[in-house]
Amino acid sequence: MDWLFMTKWSPYAVGIAIGIMSWLTFYLSNKPIGCSTAFARTSGMIEKLFIGRKVDEKEYFKKFPAKIDWEWMFVFGIIIGSFISAQLSGSFEAVMVPQLWANTFGSSAIPRLLVALIGGILMGIGSRWAGGCTSGHGISGTLQLTVSSWISVIFFFIGGIIMAQIIFNVIG
Amino acid sequence: MLTKLHSKSKLQLFLALLAGILFGFFLQKGGVSNYNIILGQLLLTDFTVIKIILTAIVVGMIGIYGMKSLGLVELHPKSGSFGKSVVGGLIFGLGFATLGYCPGTISAAVGQGNLDALIGGIIGIIIGAAIFAQWYPKLNKKFLHLGDFGDIRFPGLLKVNAWIVIIPLSVIIIGFLYWLESAGY
Repeated sequence: MDWLFMTKWSPYAVGIAIGIMSWLTFYLSNKPIGCSTAFARTSGMIEKLFIGRKVDEKEYFKKFPAKIDWEWMFVFGIIIGSFISAQLSGSFEAVMVPQLWANTFGSSAIPRLLVALIGGILMGIGSRWAGGCTSGHGISGTLQLTVSSWISVIFFFIGGIIMAQIIFNVIG
Repeated sequence: MLTKLHSKSKLQLFLALLAGILFGFFLQKGGVSNYNIILGQLLLTDFTVIKIILTAIVVGMIGIYGMKSLGLVELHPKSGSFGKSVVGGLIFGLGFATLGYCPGTISAAVGQGNLDALIGGIIGIIIGAAIFAQWYPKLNKKFLHLGDFGDIRFPGLLKVNAWIVIIPLSVIIIGFLYWLESAGY
């Protein structure tokens, strides 16, 4: 059982495990894995605290009702699963500024938090705009050979590679 | 198909939680819950992310299409368009590099203690999703269907049996991964 306590697995072992897990979610739940709608539903649930039932009348939340569903529980599970894995290997650590960022932009928290917030906003818009994320399009969609998912994931990486160059080799 | 099991909504939420726990466990063990690894991929210095995704695609694809031929599962392809997939994909990409996590890996990052993910990123994604929901009626009418190609899959597009796509694609992916390893990535 040593593998449960290892800090890192081979990426191929992880890929095989995720592939097999996707068989199970299709078979047992009739669901492909995906993460980004959970964030959209959460935004609706928060909006509900302020404007109440009006949220349900919005066109977007008619399509994706602002409530806890399969994908929401799945995303909640990710936090728990990662916590368990990090505890078992002793790699759990409260970190504010990641090493690679700190090497270029320093270890001050505020700049990193602001950039993470802006990046998060872009990701929230982009993932719902494209109709999926690295899980929903990048794994579930591609493995079903869906054309829209292959195009989306290729542009995720094109946008990401360009932006990473700008951040670390132009600005940084 | 286990239609009876699929209709038990409370049990399904529990299964979703279990599947999520497994997924989070795997992401953390793979190291892709780390900003450094994800940015390493986008800077083309670390290929962990692409190795995991491509391996999951090969294994997932063969299993899902195998189960589909046995009538055990049905597919759920998403529809797309130029306006949706290309433009949305690029915006996602800009966010991907700026944030350093995606919606799945950021949840794993929170679980292992990354506070920039919890305080900055998660809040940002929720705000971004709220903005998109606000824009959605107009965007949907004017932009998201530009160059619409629906939920077509490659076997349908090429008018061939799915395995005519799956087998060569698997060979190409495995060959590419082999090349990555032998090139020292």
